[in-house]
Amino acid sequence: MTKISDYQSNDPIAWCPGCGNFGILNALKQALLELEIKPEDILIVSGIGQAAKLPHYLRCNTFNGLHGRTLPFASGAKIANHKLVVIAVGGDGDGYAEGGNHFIHAMRRNINITYLVHNNQIYGLTKGQASPTTEEEMVTGTTPSGVFIPPEKPLALAIASDCSFVARGFVGEQDHLIYLIKEAIKNEGFSFLDILQPCVSFNKVNTYQWYKDRVYKLEQDLYDPYNKINAFNKALEWGEKIPIGIIFKSHRKPYEDLTGLKDSVVLSERILEKDKLEQLYKEFY
Amino acid sequence: MVENISGCDLTIRIGGEAGQGMQIMSNLLGKVFVRIGLYVFINQDVMSRIRGGHNFSQIRVSSKPIRSMSSDIDILVCLDENTLNIYKDKIGKIVIYDKDKIKENQASHKRYIAIPLEEIAKNVGKNPKMVNTVAAGAILSLLDLSLDTIFSLLTEIFATKGDEVINANKSCIQAGYDYVKQIYKDTPLCKFNVELKRSNRMLISGSETIALGAIASNLRFYSAYPMSPSTHIMEYLASKQKQYGLIVEQAEDEISAINMALGAYFCGARAMTGTSGGGLALMVESISLAGMTETPIVIIDAQRPGPATGLPTRTEQADLLFVTYAGHGEFPRVILSPSTPEKAFYLINRAFYFTEKYQIPVFILVDQYFNDSLWTVEEFNLENININKQGMLSYDDLKNIEPFHYRRYEITDSGISPRITPGTPNQVLYVDSDEHNEEGHITESADVRKNMVEKRLKKITGLYKEISSPDIYPNENADSYIVSWGSTFGVIEEVINILRQKGVNIGYIHFSEVYPLREDIIPNKILKNSKLISVENNATGQFTKLLKTETGFNINNKILKYDGRPFNYQELVEKIKRILE
Repeated sequence: MTKISDYQSNDPIAWCPGCGNFGILNALKQALLELEIKPEDILIVSGIGQAAKLPHYLRCNTFNGLHGRTLPFASGAKIANHKLVVIAVGGDGDGYAEGGNHFIHAMRRNINITYLVHNNQIYGLTKGQASPTTEEEMVTGTTPSGVFIPPEKPLALAIASDCSFVARGFVGEQDHLIYLIKEAIKNEGFSFLDILQPCVSFNKVNTYQWYKDRVYKLEQDLYDPYNKINAFNKALEWGEKIPIGIIFKSHRKPYEDLTGLKDSVVLSERILEKDKLEQLYKEFY
Repeated sequence: MVENISGCDLTIRIGGEAGQGMQIMSNLLGKVFVRIGLYVFINQDVMSRIRGGHNFSQIRVSSKPIRSMSSDIDILVCLDENTLNIYKDKIGKIVIYDKDKIKENQASHKRYIAIPLEEIAKNVGKNPKMVNTVAAGAILSLLDLSLDTIFSLLTEIFATKGDEVINANKSCIQAGYDYVKQIYKDTPLCKFNVELKRSNRMLISGSETIALGAIASNLRFYSAYPMSPSTHIMEYLASKQKQYGLIVEQAEDEISAINMALGAYFCGARAMTGTSGGGLALMVESISLAGMTETPIVIIDAQRPGPATGLPTRTEQADLLFVTYAGHGEFPRVILSPSTPEKAFYLINRAFYFTEKYQIPVFILVDQYFNDSLWTVEEFNLENININKQGMLSYDDLKNIEPFHYRRYEITDSGISPRITPGTPNQVLYVDSDEHNEEGHITESADVRKNMVEKRLKKITGLYKEISSPDIYPNENADSYIVSWGSTFGVIEEVINILRQKGVNIGYIHFSEVYPLREDIIPNKILKNSKLISVENNATGQFTKLLKTETGFNINNKILKYDGRPFNYQELVEKIKRILE
């Protein structure tokens, strides 16, 4: 039986007091516990940013790589050992700016990994510059006259890409977030979960209260996530009211099924039969 | 009938527009020659376009082993008029052309052979595109070789396409053959003065030997983005992935390609990526990531002339210094650059050994000339191929580690920390691109930083002991030596043999394991007594620069070629003679 303490890491946490990341860390731990996934079977791949420090604060296999490059690395890892539960973690800058191209193609590839984006609509680690999701008119270190280009719509982008699982959570709704993380991990295919969280140091607009006043949960029993047009409208809803929940799902087969990885020997454990090599030479005689 | 064609060394250039099937024709003829016991070298001269322009494929066939091209063209086959116009009166002791398509005024000093290639292709093969097949028959006729071998080859190659295709090809060959026989009844153009018998040699491209070497080394994952001249490696591997249980993934860009390969290797699958210079430039950030996280990775750089897009379908050896220094920060690496395709097959295996044992990036530097040329290769010996994973924590050592106390970056005397992969029972590993402590957690401690830098760099000591010395021929007593690296070996080997036969006491020093370079990598005796001449396919003498940096030794005599074309032996003989005079 797995206990919450099994996920305890001894690395001291380096986030600001009150950071939204704490709530995501706790929800992730709880979700892993409820799914009874052993630490040695989890691989968390993270980029660079405050969010990307997360796997250090968990007991799990960790690859804290480069800014924006989480998804290709996580994809390669999952292909090599499809029995691992692979989770990619990064922030809005990491995933939507530096890693934007990888994000689109990871959704197309549909490898069975879960992608958690800590979306606080600002750059934290580099101390308060505009991110792709920063609201228009917001003044930041790099936009002294205010942001004048509209924010990216990551959920709508994901739906357009026919992403297998598209959801949005809010760190202030812990039980709901735990539910979403569990559903994302259970989904077979690329699961994308955008998590709204405040940055207490650098985003004075989108505060904890700002989100709390606006988010509402989709009634998952009544809502059909397979309805693409409807989902697209939901994904664009932003302002007075912001929906959270599983916004979109598609019936695509995951990469592992299409490549035959799923039901065969783990790639990294396959061993060449040397006798079979002779056949390769034939075409060169 | 025709003079000046040596009985045992012949070069055929087949020219035409892109898409006219010059490569298919040379490959087919090449295989025929190899099967009957001759040696073949085929190089491609191709423009960066799919149709039109002027391309050629050039076959050199000899009764002795050859690994280079000749500038002396014996037979020129013109599949279009442009080819004839370009080379008119310049090359080709014999010129084959289509008498209906190309208007030629007879030149006196050459033998022009007019064949209605397209007419025969239309009438006999029912396909005007089969001019190349007709021409192949004509060439075999000129050389008075039997058609048995090419017929059995065609039967094998087109086995899946059915009898109709096979017979159409055979008929075109036969018609081309007969047409020439009719005109030139008695004397064959030349006779190979050796006993022709079935050989077990292969005719194979550099790209294919790299791919074969990787499969033989238990490669499991290859990710890349298409870029000439590396693409054929990916295409070949992709064509074999089902049969050999590997995954080939076409990434969205080279950044993704290298990160996928790193992810796969991190999880224990032998992984490789391949590209050319421009793609490698995109990978640089993650080369540094491999250095910092100590994750194994094998990277193929198939060089082409730069800067930027350069000459996409042509050749150069100008990425050496780039590869030596690519990546921010300081960390060790290995650079291998095979002399021959045989060497490439075994070097790929060495690359996996080095990258796993030392947990550093390993580069294979090849080039368009090496990759796209077809070489005559002896059968590979699999006994020397090692597929055991290196640098792993042993099962016994693992038992002695308390649960969840494994330290990925344990400081050791060699600088090598035994690896585990995710999924190891009761252990996890923390790996970080930030500076990290022995557990793998982020640190800013000055002491830990210093220790970690030293740990990573300590691996060079072990590498110095394992990196092979250059090949030195014939011994250490020559008056002069050609110093070179990578794909120039074949032509240099031939040049040295030619010069030695003429009484010049010259040898070669050739590097296939290029970096790191020990201070004493060139024997003192040679440095003291002999004249050194470097030969490189670049403009600045990059290897000599590297050699000077690493060993302090300077080579003043340089022969450099940077027009996007490989060396031929004749030009090299002349250039060396001039330096030695």
